[in-house]
Amino acid sequence: MATMDALIYPIAILVDELKNDDIQLRLNSIRRLSTIARALGEERTRKELIPFLSENNDDQDEVLLAMAGELGVFIPYVGGVEHAHVLLSPLETLCTVEETCVRDKAVESLCRIGAQMKESNIVDWFIPVVKRLAAGEWFTARVSSCGIFHIAYPSAPDQLKAELRTIYGQLCQDDMPMVRRAAASNLGKFAATVEQSYLKTGIMSIFDDLTQDDQDSVRLLAVEGCAALGKLLEPQDCVAHILPVIVNFSQDKSWRVRYMVANQLYELCEAAGPEHSREHLVPAYVRLLRDNEAEVRIAAAGKVTKFCRILSPQLAIQRILPCVKELSSDSSQHVRSALASVIMGMAPVLGKDATIEQLLPIFLSLLKDEFPDVRLNIISKLDQVNQVIGIDLLSQSLLPAIVELAEDRHWRVRLAIIEYIPLLASQLGVGFFNDKLGALCMQWLEDKVFSIREAAANNLKRLAEEFGPEWAMQHIIPRVLEKINNPHYLCRMTILQAISLLAPVMGAEITCQKLLPVVINSSKDRVPNIKFNVAKVLQTLVSILDQSVVEKTVKPCLVELSEDPDVDVRYYANQALQACDQIMMSS
Amino acid sequence: MNGAVVSEPAAAAASPPTQASLEWRFSQVFGERSAGEEVQDVDIISAIEFNKSGQHLATGDRGGRVVLFERADVKDSACRKEAEKADYSVSRHPEFRYKTEFQSHEPEFDYLKSLEIEEKINKIKWCQASNGALVLLSTNDKTIKFWKVQEKKVKKVSEMNLNPLKGPTNGKPAGSNARGSSAYLPNGDISKSGGLPLLRLPVVVTSQETSLAASCRRVFTHAHDYHINSISNNSDGETFISADDLRINLWNLEISNQSFNIIDVKPTNMEDLTEVITSAEFHPTHCNTLAYSSSKGSIRLVDLRQSALCDTHSQIFEQPESPGSRSFFTEIIASISDIKFSKGGRHILSRDYMTLKLWDINMNSGPVATFQVHEYLRPKLCDLYENDSIFDKFECCQSGDGLRVATGSYSNIFRVFGSGAGSNEATTLEATRNPTRRQLQNPTRPARSLCTLTRVVRRGAESTGIDANGNSYDLTTKLLHLAWHPSENVIACAAANSLYMYYA
Repeated sequence: MATMDALIYPIAILVDELKNDDIQLRLNSIRRLSTIARALGEERTRKELIPFLSENNDDQDEVLLAMAGELGVFIPYVGGVEHAHVLLSPLETLCTVEETCVRDKAVESLCRIGAQMKESNIVDWFIPVVKRLAAGEWFTARVSSCGIFHIAYPSAPDQLKAELRTIYGQLCQDDMPMVRRAAASNLGKFAATVEQSYLKTGIMSIFDDLTQDDQDSVRLLAVEGCAALGKLLEPQDCVAHILPVIVNFSQDKSWRVRYMVANQLYELCEAAGPEHSREHLVPAYVRLLRDNEAEVRIAAAGKVTKFCRILSPQLAIQRILPCVKELSSDSSQHVRSALASVIMGMAPVLGKDATIEQLLPIFLSLLKDEFPDVRLNIISKLDQVNQVIGIDLLSQSLLPAIVELAEDRHWRVRLAIIEYIPLLASQLGVGFFNDKLGALCMQWLEDKVFSIREAAANNLKRLAEEFGPEWAMQHIIPRVLEKINNPHYLCRMTILQAISLLAPVMGAEITCQKLLPVVINSSKDRVPNIKFNVAKVLQTLVSILDQSVVEKTVKPCLVELSEDPDVDVRYYANQALQACDQIMMSS
Repeated sequence: MNGAVVSEPAAAAASPPTQASLEWRFSQVFGERSAGEEVQDVDIISAIEFNKSGQHLATGDRGGRVVLFERADVKDSACRKEAEKADYSVSRHPEFRYKTEFQSHEPEFDYLKSLEIEEKINKIKWCQASNGALVLLSTNDKTIKFWKVQEKKVKKVSEMNLNPLKGPTNGKPAGSNARGSSAYLPNGDISKSGGLPLLRLPVVVTSQETSLAASCRRVFTHAHDYHINSISNNSDGETFISADDLRINLWNLEISNQSFNIIDVKPTNMEDLTEVITSAEFHPTHCNTLAYSSSKGSIRLVDLRQSALCDTHSQIFEQPESPGSRSFFTEIIASISDIKFSKGGRHILSRDYMTLKLWDINMNSGPVATFQVHEYLRPKLCDLYENDSIFDKFECCQSGDGLRVATGSYSNIFRVFGSGAGSNEATTLEATRNPTRRQLQNPTRPARSLCTLTRVVRRGAESTGIDANGNSYDLTTKLLHLAWHPSENVIACAAANSLYMYYA
C-alpha cells in the first residue's frame, strides 16, 4: 500500500488542485490534464474526468483557455478516435463563453477533433453540435458555429448538407453583426468543401448578400472572401461573378473597404487570371492609386511592384508608371515612404531603358525627399536597382543623400543609415567607399548619442568582414586607434568597444601587435569607467590571444587593476582573471 | 443623410391628434437621504445608463463605484410572455431592484504630469450581453474599463483525495510535486489496467445560491491628454469611441493597446483654441455616422467612410444667431452639454444651458423644436456666471417612442416635454417622493414678461433665489443626470446621492 501511495500522491495533489482556490494552481493542473487522464485510465477519463470538466466550466477565462487547448489533443487519453465524441460536450460549452480567445481556441480544438473523427461519428455527434451552436441563444455560440461548418459538411449525407447550407445562409443574415462577420470570414473555408454545383448558386447568393451588408465591417471581410471564392470557381465563373464585385468594392463609399481591396488586389488578380486582370483590374488599381484617402494610397502604393510583375512591361509603363510619378510627389509622406520601399523592385520589371528614362527621375526625387524615411527606404533597396542600371548613374545623387542622412539631427535617422552602410559599401565598392564614406564611419564614433556610437563600432566590424582584414588594417585600424587619445572618456570607451568587436575579425596576430598595446595603455587611464572596461575587453580578448601573451601581458595588467582603489574596477578585473584561469585550465 | 434614413415612427407617423400629457408618479428611490444626513461627495451619482433592453440600469458615482440594478417586476422575456398571457402585470409599473456593485475606478496619480486623476465615473455604456454575462464600459477622466458581471453558482468542494487539513505537504506549491509525477507512471501501463482506482476527482456540490462577480477584462488607457467626456458604442458591436475636449479616438473592444485618433480639433497654437468637443455619440444603426457637439453650440455629423481622419464634417447643425440678442453670456450658454441620437437615429437631441433642442438630421438650418428649460434664470446669468453654475453640464434624454424629451435643472427639478407634432406638453417634476408637489408656471410664456417681473422681485440671492412666481430655486441641488427607459415611460434621475425613479 505504501508504494501505491507514493505513486498516487503527486497525481492526487494535481487532481485536487483542479478545484484549488488559487488560479495559478488550477491552471497548472489543467495544463497537466493528460497526466491526470493517464492516471485515471481511458474509461474513467471518459466517464468521470470529461463530465467533471463539462460541469466545471465557469472558471476564469485563463483556465478555460488552457482547458480548450488541452481538449484539442485529448483523443489518445479517452481511448482513441472512436471515443473522440465525448470531448465535444465540454468544447461545445466553451464555444459559448464571452471571451473571444477562449471561443477561438475551442473552435480550433473542435476542428482538430472533428478532422480525426469517423464519418459516421461526425453525423451522429459532430453535426448536432454544429446545429445546436448555430441555433444558440447567445451570439457567441452562433459566432463559434461558423468556424466548424467546413469540418462537418463533407461527411454529411445529402439531406443534411442541404440543411447545413441553409443554416449557414441564415447565419450570414443574423441580426448581430458579430455573427455576420464570423460567417463572412469563414465563408471561404466553408465554400471550399461545398460542391461546384451549389457553389455557383447557393454560396454565391450568400456571398452577394454579404457584399451588400450595411455594416462596413462585414463588407470588409467579404473582400477577403472574393479571393478565396475566386480561386474555387472556374475561371469564367470567377470573371462573371467575382470581378464585378471587386470592381464595385474598389469604388465603395467606405475607405476601409477600398483599403482592403488595395491590400488584396494582387491576390484577387491571381484568382481572376492575368488576362482579365489587365482588362478589369488595372483600371480599378489605378483608381486606388489615385484614391483621395491617404491610407488607401499607402496600401496601393505598397503593392505597386507585385502588381507590375503580373502585367506586361508595356502596360506597366503606360498605366501604372504615370500614377507612380504622381505618388512620388504625394502630399502624404507615408504614401511616399510606402512607394519608396517598393519602387526599386520595379526596375527589373521595366527593364534597363525604361528604368533609366522613367524610373530614375522618380528615384532621384525620392532620394531628395524632405522626409528621411522616404530616403532611407530608397537606400535600403539599393541592390535591386544596381542589378539593372549599375550604381554609376546613381552614385552622383546618392552621396549627398547619404551625407545628409548621416548628419540628420534625429539620431534614429542616423542610426538607420548606419545600418545600411555595409549594404552600401558592398554595392558601391571599395574605391567609392574609401573616398566618400570612410570619414563618415569614423565621425559616428564620436557622436553625441550612445546608440550611434555603439552602432558605429558594430558597423566597423561588419565593414571589416565585408572588405577583409587587410583592408581594415589599412583603412580602419589606424584611424580607430588614433581616437584613443580623445579627451572625452565616452569616446575612448567607444574605441575600446570597437577594439573588442574588431579583434575576432582581425585575428590573433594583428590583435596582439596593434590592438592589445592600446588596451593595455588604457589601463592607466584616469577614469575608472575606462579601466573596468579595459578589464572587460581583456576578458574577451583572452580567447583570441596566445597563452604566452596572456601570461606575459594580459594577466599582469589585470592583477594591477585588481588592486585599484575603485571597487568596480577591482570587481571586473577579478572577473576577467577568473575567466583567464578557466580558459587556461580548459586548454 | 441624403434621404437614406428609414423614417422613424416617432416623428414620421401621424401622432395621435392630441397627445395627452403623462401623469408622472413616484416609483422608487435608492439611497434616499434621511433628514439632516450629510451627503458624502463620493456617493454623488455621476452617470446613469439603462441597457438596450431596459432590463438593467447602471449608475456610477464620484467614488468610482458602479451600481447595477435589474428589473424586478418581470424576470425575463419568457416570464413576461407568460405573465401577459395570464393578464397579469398590466397594471404594474416597472420596478428595479439592487443587483450588485463594484469598484470600477480608483484615484490615481499621473507622475509625469503631476496630476491627480479622480476616480469619478464620467460615463457608463452597456455593451452587447453574451452568454448570460452583463458587459459594460465605464470611464473616468482618463481611463476606460471594460467590465464583465457574471452570475456564478456557488460551488463547494466536498470531497478530495487528500484531507486539506492533514499534512503540511498539501500547502506546498504544487509545481515541485506535480512536475515529477509523470515519472511515477510506468508508460501507460496503468491506463490499460484501468487506472489508479484510489484516485478520485474532487466532488463539487453546486448550491442554489448564486454570487455575482465583476471582473475587469480590459483597460483602455493612455490615449487622452484631456478629460474624457463621452464614450459611445458602435452598432457593429466591435468598436467604440472615446472623446475628450480636443480629440476623439476609435477603439476595438478586443484590443486595448491601440486606438486610432479620428478627430482632432487641437489647433497648432493653443492660443487659437476657440472651440472644444463637449460630447460625442455614434449613430444607433449606421456604423459609419458619428455626431459630436461643441462648446460653440454646433453639432457636427461625421461620415467615417470618407477618410481615416475625420477632420471635415459631412454636416453641421447650428442655430443662426438672432441679431441684437448677443451678450457676454451668449457663447457660454450656447455650449452644448449633451447630445443623444433618437432610437432610430433620425433626430438628435441636444442640451445647452438654457434650452433643449431637437434636430432633424435631414435639416441643418435650425432645430425642429426648442424647449426652454428654466427661462426664469435668464436674468440671473450674471450670478450664475460668478458662482460657476453656468458651466454645469446637464444631460438630456428621449423616450423610446421618441415622443417626449427630458432634462434636468436646479432645485432637483427635471422637465419633460412633448416633442411629437402638435404637442405642447411641458411638465415640471421634482426628484422627491412627491414629484408634482411644486408646479411651476407654464414655461411657454414669453420670456420678456418674465424678465420685467423678475427684475422687481430680484434679490441678491447667492445660491438660492426666488423666481418670478415666488418659487425658490437652489443652485446647489442640480439634477444633472437622468435616463429614460428604452421602451417604457420610466425615468431614472439622480439627485445628489439618491436615485429616483418615476413612471407614467
